[in-house]
Amino acid sequence: MDIAFLWSTLLAILPGVPTTLKLTAISVFIGLFLALALAAMRLSGHPLLVLPARAYVFVFRGTPLLVQIYLIYYGLAQFSVVRESLLWPFLREAYWCAILALTLNTGAYASEIVRGGLQSVPFGQIEAARAAGMSRLVMFRRIVAPLAIRQALPGYSNELILMIKSTSLASIITIFEISGLAYKVASETYRYIEVFFVAGLIYLSLNFAITRAIQALEHWLSPHLRPAPATPLLNELKAV
Amino acid sequence: MAWYDLLGFGPKGWGLQLLIAAGMTLAVATCGAIIGLMIGTLAAWAKLSRSLVARLCADAYTTILRGVPDLLVIYLFYFGGSLVLTYVSSHVLGTSGFVSVPAFAIGALALGVCNGGYQAEVLRGAYLALSKGEIEAARAVGMSPLLMFRRIIGPQVLRYAIPGLGNCWQLCLKESALVTVTGLVELLRQSNVAGRSTREPFLFFSAAAILYLVITIVSGQIFERAEKRAMRGMRRA
Repeated sequence: MDIAFLWSTLLAILPGVPTTLKLTAISVFIGLFLALALAAMRLSGHPLLVLPARAYVFVFRGTPLLVQIYLIYYGLAQFSVVRESLLWPFLREAYWCAILALTLNTGAYASEIVRGGLQSVPFGQIEAARAAGMSRLVMFRRIVAPLAIRQALPGYSNELILMIKSTSLASIITIFEISGLAYKVASETYRYIEVFFVAGLIYLSLNFAITRAIQALEHWLSPHLRPAPATPLLNELKAV
Repeated sequence: MAWYDLLGFGPKGWGLQLLIAAGMTLAVATCGAIIGLMIGTLAAWAKLSRSLVARLCADAYTTILRGVPDLLVIYLFYFGGSLVLTYVSSHVLGTSGFVSVPAFAIGALALGVCNGGYQAEVLRGAYLALSKGEIEAARAVGMSPLLMFRRIIGPQVLRYAIPGLGNCWQLCLKESALVTVTGLVELLRQSNVAGRSTREPFLFFSAAAILYLVITIVSGQIFERAEKRAMRGMRRA
């Protein structure tokens, strides 16, 4: 094992970490709104809203992400309408094309997770909220959203990890995130195995950190599932 | 030229090439899924075994493969495999120069290694769904472990695992697009080539997307039928 080489490789690849995180964060953030909209369409019950949402989710979940990236990055540029539009400064850049593709993709996957979470809210809870005279907004904020988020969080953490992994495809359209830099270093040094090993370790630690963070969030969101701490005060109260 | 000429089977049409490439995608994804099933079975068996070493190895395998992008795994197998082959051929056979690995074999292998991690979890879950009484009964009638696997465990695990394995297959099919980086002429690479030479990338990538969807739909139907068939003796709530 050539520790010095592994170290220098690590230093060469680390500048890609912010790019990977930015790609993930931006597309996950926008994708979440898309997912909420799609889930709302699916649950609206109106065929004109349900069918497009179903078709969207089906197409984006049924085709490879790389095809979607190619379609947006190489495909859209062939139309002069796109090249002359106001969006061209964005669509010209591989970076924004990658973000667009990742956003559209995660929107489809996350909408199913959101839908599952929303559907898991017991009807009795909603009935009770209605009986108490809550407006729809208050009901969503106080009853539906907290329950749905707690239910959807484990699935969403899987999706986040998939997204971190998916950003590696951006390297194919010339973006130097972790995989892109690793590929560059590897093809310069011809030491593919060590370089990809280091890159894999970086991804593993990123995903480990995310899993842990979500687990902490889940723990914080479900105090009712934890055993009550045996505080001195509680014991005193029991004694009285 | 109109779009239907470009996608058609005429002299200037790319229809035949695209269909052949779709067949290649299907072939590499199928081989990958089969390799994945073998690795997944081994890993699931190791996860359920009493040996601590086997459990740790299998856990490490599934954790790593689920935390590392598949693209990296494909790069590692493709370039790393070529390095190893070059080393072996220059030291053992005495040849000089770079030896590259066959793209199809290495693509299928990499897909299998990626997919095996997911399949292992599915198979483990299916095994745990099996009722303990059946295994006890099989032991009680004196079946050898191999016979028990063939007659009792295998068929039932497969029955419970079909829906999960169907998901794994869809993953494998979509991941097979990444094998394009090895230069294998599968669906994505062929549509890339066609799109570049006709300057109609949108058309050809759309065609590729539709072909992927068709494969997804058809294989989804097959899995649904298989599930129905496998469950025909079961009472369902």
